[in-house]
Amino acid sequence: MSTEQIAQVVDARGLSCPMPIVKTAQAVKSLASGQLLEVLATDPGSTKDFTAWAKATGNELVEQTVEGGVYRFVLRKK
Amino acid sequence: MEDEPLNIVLFSGTEDRLQAAAVMASGAAALGKKVNIFLQYWGLEAFRKDRIHASLGLAPEAGEHGAVLVAEAAKAGQQPWHATLRVAKELGEIDIQACSLSMDVLKIEEGDLDPLVDGVEGVTAFYLNAGDGHILFI
Repeated sequence: MSTEQIAQVVDARGLSCPMPIVKTAQAVKSLASGQLLEVLATDPGSTKDFTAWAKATGNELVEQTVEGGVYRFVLRKK
Repeated sequence: MEDEPLNIVLFSGTEDRLQAAAVMASGAAALGKKVNIFLQYWGLEAFRKDRIHASLGLAPEAGEHGAVLVAEAAKAGQQPWHATLRVAKELGEIDIQACSLSMDVLKIEEGDLDPLVDGVEGVTAFYLNAGDGHILFI
């Protein structure tokens, strides 16, 4: 569990593809390099999407958990 | 990953195909790729100011069952295709051009089109802007 401050939270619960990624990409734009973004999603397709997006954009997927049907991703802006 | 644009030739004018195109554009925009969309025929028609919000139906493959499922998705909160596209445009660089031939055939003037459309161009300009990027025909 990271103790570093989360700069912003994106609540994408209930949204389906492509909205979780689109909202994440939007939020990351407003962050400074190194800042952390937390995303909550319920779309099962999210997991692969976030791994792929992080890999493609160079933003680090720091943490990835799931609890009670809610996926939680923590990303660090490159 | 970002270098080459994604190019979409959007010929279809049914809600499902327009949504599919909007999803492809969104994904590319989220990855930092530029997107060029070329509107032909019924795809162009769908961007008319007086049609964009109308019910544009579904592809024949949908059938009755498909129509029910799509209606359920909309009821559950899925946004219409033009909203998906608008959000994607805010996120990234998406250039939407009307095919000048289709403008002529369908007797459409630039003023008839929704502001989502950035301009009118011919196929040559489209290919020039497409570069080495993939071209999808939807």
